[in-house]
Amino acid sequence: MTMLFYLAGAVALISTISVTISTNVVHALVYLIISLLAVAVIFFVLGAPFAAMLEAIVYAGAIMVLFLFAMMMLNLGQATENEEKAWLRPQLWVGPGLLILALLVQLVSVLVTQRVDVVPVEVGVHELSVLLFGPWLLAVELASMLLLAGLIAAYHLAKR
Amino acid sequence: MLEWIGLLPAFPLAGFLALVLTRGSLPRRIAGLIGVGSIGLSFLLAALVSIEFLGSGLDSHTQPLWTWMSVGTFTPGFSFYLDGLTVVMLLIISGVGFLIHLYSTGFMADDPGFARFFAYMNLFVASMLVLVLADNLVLLYLGWEGVGLCSYLLIGFWYDNPANGYAARKAFVVTRVGDTSMAIGLFLLFQQLGTLNIQEILTLAPQQWSEGQGMAVAAAALLLGGAVGKSAQLPLQTWLPDAMAGPTPISALIHAATMVTAGVYLIARTHILFELAPSVQLLVAFVGLATLLMAGFTALTQRDIKRILAYSTISQIGYMFLALGVGAWSAAIFHLMTHAFFKALLFLAAGTVILSLHHEHDIFRMGDMRRKLPVAFWSFVIGSAALTALPFTSGFYSKDEILLAALAHPQYGMLLWLGGVLGAFMTALYSFRLVFVVFFGRDNYQEHASHDTHHVSSAIREETGIAMALPLLILGVLSLFGGLIHVPVDAVFAHAGAHEETHPSQLIHTVMILVPIFGVMISYLLYGSRPYEKAGQHLRTQILNSPLGRFLNRFWFSGWGMDALYNFVFVKPFLALAQFNRRDVIDQFYTALAELARISNRALVLTQTGYLRWYAISLVGGLVLVIGIGVWA
Amino acid sequence: MPSIPYEHGLILAAILFVCGLIGVLTRRNIVFVLMSLEIMLNACGLAFVVGSARWGHADGQIMFLMILTLAAAEVAVGLGLIIQMYRRFHTVDISVLSEMKG
Repeated sequence: MTMLFYLAGAVALISTISVTISTNVVHALVYLIISLLAVAVIFFVLGAPFAAMLEAIVYAGAIMVLFLFAMMMLNLGQATENEEKAWLRPQLWVGPGLLILALLVQLVSVLVTQRVDVVPVEVGVHELSVLLFGPWLLAVELASMLLLAGLIAAYHLAKR
Repeated sequence: MLEWIGLLPAFPLAGFLALVLTRGSLPRRIAGLIGVGSIGLSFLLAALVSIEFLGSGLDSHTQPLWTWMSVGTFTPGFSFYLDGLTVVMLLIISGVGFLIHLYSTGFMADDPGFARFFAYMNLFVASMLVLVLADNLVLLYLGWEGVGLCSYLLIGFWYDNPANGYAARKAFVVTRVGDTSMAIGLFLLFQQLGTLNIQEILTLAPQQWSEGQGMAVAAAALLLGGAVGKSAQLPLQTWLPDAMAGPTPISALIHAATMVTAGVYLIARTHILFELAPSVQLLVAFVGLATLLMAGFTALTQRDIKRILAYSTISQIGYMFLALGVGAWSAAIFHLMTHAFFKALLFLAAGTVILSLHHEHDIFRMGDMRRKLPVAFWSFVIGSAALTALPFTSGFYSKDEILLAALAHPQYGMLLWLGGVLGAFMTALYSFRLVFVVFFGRDNYQEHASHDTHHVSSAIREETGIAMALPLLILGVLSLFGGLIHVPVDAVFAHAGAHEETHPSQLIHTVMILVPIFGVMISYLLYGSRPYEKAGQHLRTQILNSPLGRFLNRFWFSGWGMDALYNFVFVKPFLALAQFNRRDVIDQFYTALAELARISNRALVLTQTGYLRWYAISLVGGLVLVIGIGVWA
Repeated sequence: MPSIPYEHGLILAAILFVCGLIGVLTRRNIVFVLMSLEIMLNACGLAFVVGSARWGHADGQIMFLMILTLAAAEVAVGLGLIIQMYRRFHTVDISVLSEMKG
């Protein structure tokens, strides 16, 4: 299991970096889907099977398909890809890269101070559902309102 | 009925509020009805109150309404005081005011600011009524400032012309000088006597002050300052001629019949203070004398019909001051009343002429109007006769009283009398010059009109409507027979040392009757019609062409150079001071602050590039900074 | 069950987050910017799930569900905006939309 965690982590890392440096939109999307699926595996390892399912179905499935549809509507061709290559000049990465490095160093330095080994305990769907529709009911309602607002906004914005 | 006097100013005030709150959205008929009706109600009530008051035989009546404010021992009540003097003023204000409102419905019929006009007029009448009804000086001051405000608003009524706005500001600022003096006078009275109730002051003052004592002199002089400003006497008279920029009914009501006489009212109301300060009272007389002569000479050279009447107003108020100065209180009030009648008549008739000639003001562009505008002509003749004090008109009786009282002055009687008679001569000269030039001779208007292209219509409009003719008729009757009215103010001035009856010689009487007639004859010779036209014109050109004549003409035309003098003495140094003051240290400091803000703004604007990435980077930079502080600090 | 070091999970989340962030900072194509945002959101979700496993409590997973919802709504609106922008400016270059500069 530990092995699976590191493997999936590596896959997620590599595919995510590929998204960041890719110039083709559709390729980047596929890398992103791989990254999400790898994260879903990590969830499974960490004892969150429901979250893993949702990650695969909703994130890697629904949301990414939405992306794909949008890309099809935009119909970005070779011209965009060339443009993308021209924009990604190496010197562009220096400033943000240094900043990001600083941030990463900070985060890691905070995280490595203590070492706790986690023995994952599986949290089942039933337990989660009881929590969701118990103490978190209000949050669920708000989330549904948010989705409705997103739906209306998307409909309105994309209208011709 | 007497307890209803609180309603007197309430009617016009309600009219004002109704007209202002609807912001001119009412139809003209309704607006006119509200504007005129509220004054009409006021007049009716004033008449009923007056009849009851005079019939009751009371000396005075105080109607407390409520306490205005309460600061320590200073508790001016909001109460109205009624006595003979108030009754006279009430009837003049509401009566003449009503007629002028009625006239205005015709005069202003085509003006886009119709409702606004009546709103201001109603507010004016309300303030003026408060002024005369006030039982304490603070309430009087409220009305005093209220009429000043309305005067300002109405002089600048046609505000799209900057010159009118300038005239309005000038009137406001110049009267402010007098008002400040009056305010200081009020402070002094309160500090010395501990009250501002007029009747209490009038009883306390003689007990606390002996005659000619410094405080009494100071108080009287400060009040005189206020009166001089409001009544356009020397040296604060310069605003009134410019005030003619407003519509003519305004000039008739505010700048002739009522507001400008407020100074006379104030002095008459506080006459006991002035009797305690004989030097100030003498000053009042000489201010009046100087003003009436100066204004008389100036009126002789003016070309603008309304300016002539304005200077004539200044001159007539000078007579009232003369009367006040010699202690002839009731004569002053009497002249105030007759003057209100005939000067309103003259202004309204002038308004008719001006309206008929499409707002032409220059008398030398008029002429031969007597056939075209008969009502205005006869009004003018009656008004001028009363103004000139021709025998048996109203002005004759009042001016007669004043001049006789002046003659009776123990020290300067002869001097004051001679000045007054000379003034009467000038009055005859300029008022009949006006009549002859405007209503006789050749019709210069149509001649000019046919040359000038900017006169779209050269046709003389007919006199319009009963609304404009009726006030002229009533005022004409009053101007002729108003001298028979007995002013019921004897009780008010009863304790003001009874005047010993003087019996002037027959010669004095003859002189006073003949001088105005003589003036009219000279005027006829110079400006009159046919038989002497050539000779008169010749004489006129000769006078104007002589060096002295030319100088005097220019000098008098400019109002004795007072405007230029004030401009040089006050306005220019003030502007220079302001100019200098703009660049002092404190202003520099604030300018620097503003400059600093502007520089910082320019620097900060640079950070707002419009690029999303730039904002994101700034955000991340901030994040790194905050986490860094959290971790390592 | 074999154990997994807690901080390694969090470090993975941090690295993923930083990858997304650098995408946001360097990319000019707005589609990539949106994708990078998704990566960042997902990294946050991962951190929550790791925390949930660390404390043996389900609240972290609930939080992940909320993030998921948020991401869905955000993507819908964001894509709508991108399509509108492409229609109006015929480009996906975010730098073109720099009219709101001072």
